[in-house]
Amino acid sequence: MNTSLKDKLPPLSQLGPFIALAVASLIFGLSTENFFSGANFALILQQVMVVGVIAIGQTLIILTAGIDLSCGMLMALGSIVMTRFAVDYGLPVPVAIAAGVGVTTLFGLLNGLLVTRIKLPPFIVTLGTMNVAFAITQLYSDAQTVSNVPDSMTWLGNTFTLGGTQIAFGVVMMGVLYLGVDYWLRDTASGRHVYAVGNHPEATRLVGIPTDRVLLGVYVLAGVFYGLASLLSVARTGVGDPNGGQTENLDAITAVVLGGTSLFGGRGLVLGSLAGAIVVGVLRNGLTLMGVSSVYQVLITGILVILAVAVDQLSRKGDR
Amino acid sequence: MKRPALVATTALLALLGTAHAADQPVIGLITKTETNPFFVKMKEGAQAEAKKLGAKLMTASGKKDGDTAAQITAIENMVTAGAKTILITSSGDAIIPAVKKAQAKGVQVIALDSPFDGADALFATDNYKAGVLIGQYAKAALGNKPARIAMLDLFPGHPVGAQRHNGFMAGFGLKANDAKSNELSSTAETVCAADTDGNQAKGQTAMENCLQKAPDINVVYTINEPAAAGAFNALKKAGKDKGVVIVSVDGGCAGVADVGKGVIAATSQQYPLKMAAMGVAAGVDYAKGGKKASGYVDTGVTLIAGQAVAGIDSQSVKVGTDLCWGKK
Repeated sequence: MNTSLKDKLPPLSQLGPFIALAVASLIFGLSTENFFSGANFALILQQVMVVGVIAIGQTLIILTAGIDLSCGMLMALGSIVMTRFAVDYGLPVPVAIAAGVGVTTLFGLLNGLLVTRIKLPPFIVTLGTMNVAFAITQLYSDAQTVSNVPDSMTWLGNTFTLGGTQIAFGVVMMGVLYLGVDYWLRDTASGRHVYAVGNHPEATRLVGIPTDRVLLGVYVLAGVFYGLASLLSVARTGVGDPNGGQTENLDAITAVVLGGTSLFGGRGLVLGSLAGAIVVGVLRNGLTLMGVSSVYQVLITGILVILAVAVDQLSRKGDR
Repeated sequence: MKRPALVATTALLALLGTAHAADQPVIGLITKTETNPFFVKMKEGAQAEAKKLGAKLMTASGKKDGDTAAQITAIENMVTAGAKTILITSSGDAIIPAVKKAQAKGVQVIALDSPFDGADALFATDNYKAGVLIGQYAKAALGNKPARIAMLDLFPGHPVGAQRHNGFMAGFGLKANDAKSNELSSTAETVCAADTDGNQAKGQTAMENCLQKAPDINVVYTINEPAAAGAFNALKKAGKDKGVVIVSVDGGCAGVADVGKGVIAATSQQYPLKMAAMGVAAGVDYAKGGKKASGYVDTGVTLIAGQAVAGIDSQSVKVGTDLCWGKK
């Protein structure tokens, strides 16, 4: 408990996303008229809520030195399952939502079992499940958008007014999830185990922590978050979209990396991923307001990712 | 991992090919994807025509748009299997060398829907004209009000995206590049432009950002109908869905239904079934008479509008529904 102030301050790699966010906001604020407004920020948060919640699951997995390439496709599959269950089979909305989240959770379990039991590398496992989930999504939906979704399923897309700004309930949910996971990772034993497994799995196992169970739990939990992201996607767009998830896949990984979580595992803050997701949203919004072609958004995001990884690598060297 | 499957497919295709080569013309159809309703309809048209004319049809596709590797493999397999005509909706210019090799072996290669250099013939929608039709409609529907236009595009550098975009602007009476240009035009009236990838969620995000930039947008051009549905969602959430003219291109059943509901004001409908049927017929002609198809054949485009406007030729939602593809 006797930590000095220096220890309490996060390292540069974890402050990076917040600095990038501040700089980008300043530039857009100065160069466009409409960037700095409550309404615009509320909008950006709505636009990133799906990627933001996927990024929570992705952060957990990357903290264990893994990676999940299937995240976006699972989100799309979950949204198709929940909308078809509600629209085509007429099941009650809570049942349909549970089915959608259930499917993504099962896929998380499958990823986790393959990683822990058969000891396959997460990259390969999730490359496989990404394709499987994509194919099932296309087949199950006939590649058709599912529309006429009941209102109660899109409730999270509705807004309430706070200080004159319209905020979506889904954004509040994203915030609560982030704060909850942040608390869990920092202040509970099981949360610290996630870091331990990512830092040094062998040492962690030798001190008596069941590393495989921690890993499996992380993959299952990530599946739950992807399912919740499915619900947010349905709430936001009002449909089940079989072509969803394709950009969210890499956007979520980008958010986590920009957020300062180390791809080598064991280091990072989940709140950084939120900042990373918002940076991507701010760039898209700000460059549209400036009337700049979207190619530059891709360019800037690419440069930021490389910067983020480089800062992480350099700060690691400094530690040793 | 893919190797054994490929070898098996090749062998199977070869068997099928030789079994029929003697009596039946073999025609290959390669689409961008297998699941997109547009290509499902295309395959349906090819199958019906092949059955009618007594041809043997082989089909293959990529996993998604841009998957040229799978299309190249399919071209090679079909040539080996004895196809004398290959119909292909190109996923990109990477297929051109494989096409040239096939042509060197006497195979006729016809581009459907998406043009590429070196095809013997092109059967496709005139995408520039598709844009012109909705541009003219939007202009007439808006009347004398000053235009504030949002352009919701595909992604940078795609020729079809540029043709529809520039065609729309030309139809609207704005200064725009011609049909050959890959550059997206812009004028003072096009107050915002953003990419959608032709995807509903990204269409919504793009429209939301455009409304932040210019809250008084009154015309929305969209690259396709999912993007239009996303744009409508954004307008509705902002309480601005009344009095904004959304126009689009495609004519899928979901899109035509959206025209019926007033979500989309008008859409330019294209005809994948016709492209494929004409392609198969050209393949049979080549097999029988040795005469290759050539040049560009316009497979037609029809303006489907919820409400007809004076001075603009359009068809009703009912006509559009009869000719659409996907779930009705």
